[in-house]
Amino acid sequence: MFCKSIFVHIKSESIQMNILELHNVVKTYQKHTAVNDVSFNVPKGSIFGLLGPNGAGKTSLIRIITTITRADSGSVILDGEKLSSRHPSQIGYMPEERGLYKKMKVGEHLMYLAQLKDLSRKDAKREINYWFDRLQITDWWDKKIEELSKGMQQKIQFIATVVHQPKLLILDEPFSGLDPINTNLIKDEIAELNRQGTSIIFSTHRMEQVEQICEKIVLINQGQNVLEGDVHAIKQQFKEHLFQIDYNGELPKSLTVEDETNDSYRILERKDNQLIIKVEHDKASNELLNYLMQNGVYINGFKEILPSLNEIFIKQVEE
Amino acid sequence: MNKLWLIIQREYLTRVKKRSFLLTTLLVPFALIAFVVVVAFIFSYSANQNKIAVINDSGLEIKLKDTEKVYFDVANESLDDLKKTYQKKGYNGVLYLPKVKNLKQTEVRVKYYSEDQISITTKEFIQRELADKIREIKIDSSQINRAVLESFNTDIALEEVGLSMTESGELEEEDKTNSANIATAMGMIMGFIIYLVLFIYGSMVMRSVMEEKMNRIVEVMISSVKPFQLMLGKIIGVGGVGLTQILIWAILIPTLNFIVSLVIPIDPDALQSSQLTTAQSEDMMYQMAMVIENVKAQNWGLILPMFIFYFLGGYFIYSSMFAAVGSAIGDDLGESQSLTLPITLPVILAIYIAIAVTENPTSGLATFSSIFPLFSPIVMPARLPFNPPIWEIVVSMIVMVASVAFFTWLSGRIYRVGILLYGKKVTLRELGKWMFYKD
Repeated sequence: MFCKSIFVHIKSESIQMNILELHNVVKTYQKHTAVNDVSFNVPKGSIFGLLGPNGAGKTSLIRIITTITRADSGSVILDGEKLSSRHPSQIGYMPEERGLYKKMKVGEHLMYLAQLKDLSRKDAKREINYWFDRLQITDWWDKKIEELSKGMQQKIQFIATVVHQPKLLILDEPFSGLDPINTNLIKDEIAELNRQGTSIIFSTHRMEQVEQICEKIVLINQGQNVLEGDVHAIKQQFKEHLFQIDYNGELPKSLTVEDETNDSYRILERKDNQLIIKVEHDKASNELLNYLMQNGVYINGFKEILPSLNEIFIKQVEE
Repeated sequence: MNKLWLIIQREYLTRVKKRSFLLTTLLVPFALIAFVVVVAFIFSYSANQNKIAVINDSGLEIKLKDTEKVYFDVANESLDDLKKTYQKKGYNGVLYLPKVKNLKQTEVRVKYYSEDQISITTKEFIQRELADKIREIKIDSSQINRAVLESFNTDIALEEVGLSMTESGELEEEDKTNSANIATAMGMIMGFIIYLVLFIYGSMVMRSVMEEKMNRIVEVMISSVKPFQLMLGKIIGVGGVGLTQILIWAILIPTLNFIVSLVIPIDPDALQSSQLTTAQSEDMMYQMAMVIENVKAQNWGLILPMFIFYFLGGYFIYSSMFAAVGSAIGDDLGESQSLTLPITLPVILAIYIAIAVTENPTSGLATFSSIFPLFSPIVMPARLPFNPPIWEIVVSMIVMVASVAFFTWLSGRIYRVGILLYGKKVTLRELGKWMFYKD
């Protein structure tokens, strides 16, 4: 529910449909190539997963997108324009390692960061108050940052990231250190922002979150784009034709023999009233179901087992 | 520009609003004045009056003058008795004047008996008083005309006259008596103030950069502003704090001093030995007046703006280097020492050069080091009271402006790499390489 943007997702390479396009981006640091010829598109209004193991080049990529560093070659297009120093005010970036000035008061800190994103004093104040109301922290304005718990500081960091209404939001491990309640709170806010049209790049190691949240992903490993596309399509691409059958009744004899093999399917696992099978061709599942039903077995459930992103991730990285 | 201004504002205001800033800024002048007052009181009240019993066997009529600190009582007992009883009678000691057999005698051995040691000032006072008194007696008993004798005394005053050529080619003379000493003192004070400023505010910039890096706010910041803006804003903001503090001190210290001198009149003589003769204290007053006259006569129209110029120039050069080093350091302050050494070394060297230069303000070393930008912020102000040639000042200033631009640019190149680098121990060599990294 969360990941499904209300915006109709049209697969198109046209510039207007992508909030961000990377074309053959390369970044080297001395002898080390951090980003090696990476290209991908982030569709407008989508939640996009930027995945990769530690040291894969995610942070280098994000720093290029946020104009902190520059690519050695290749191009980055933000909302149809070549990335330039004007763009930081259109991007909201929450780094994985994030801090605040401990001695400052919450209100003045947010005012400072908002004005650095080109908001006027008046607009900054209005936006901050809006977020204070939304997150129910209206009495925090005069609190010192150092008086806040880590979770509370995360909320402030979140506000600082979104206060200037960026077109593109880049969140690097946004839920690390948050308790489940605050995680849900921030998740809901991200969903709301996405509903309002904000495109979001979401970088994390937590694959179950990616599966929940993202529509599209790109997987970076050793500075290269190893996998890209729709979460659903990727899962289809990597599926191993496994099915799970839940049933009641007695299995026909031929299926209870351990070494039963068949041209059409292979039984991988037998549990109480459950079979895991691998089918060899498309029709095989139907054939098996027919066979079971004809032999008086009641089918309670039948579903395809798709690989988790976690499995795909590990498989790709280890290859 | 607008963002730079925001950064400067934050860096300045967060520091100025801190309680610790208010405390140090206000307390330092009070502490300083309180210190002076306490010292004055110690000097004026420390001496309990000494009571000394005098046994005069000299055969001369000598009456020693009593002062605030010492009181003389002529005793009629024998020396041996008094040695045993002087304490009971309330004396601090016994002064014994032996027989003066002959007025032509040029040495008289006087003895002072006491359990305690006599203070140097009292000892010198007794010696001077006795010598004066015996001299008077000798003059009276001789046939010499006192007026003739007085005329043998000659006071010599060496007046220094500075020579310079006016634009019209005329020779101009200027009284320079005492000015060398005063110039030295003033030069050293100005050099030293800048030396302190470079260290105090330079390391303030460094600590602040380290803090930003360590608590990871820096990555958030540079997704909005350029690293160079952040560094420059910090340097200017902290510099403003320094300027504010010094300005407040420059106003507060003399004002407090003035108020205190009205409320608690401190007799300048009390600081000196009150046993000075009138002639000596008159001489002191004259000297003081000369010092004040000389300080006033300095070319303040040139010195003050120059002082502020070198103050700012030196601050920019050194604090930008401190910022660069701060960006490279991890959370371990200990490892910073090998990196800060190349910065602190020239500053320390400069203060030594400044001392040498005030001794010899026209040497080649003086000329070189008041142009070389790492030394000139300290050396040039120290040289200013000696009226260095105009061309040297101009060259030094041009070099300074160029160096400020160069060093901030260079430090910015190191800073932008350093603030994003974690968990790596950095060597000086690497810092050097960072300058050539591309963005």
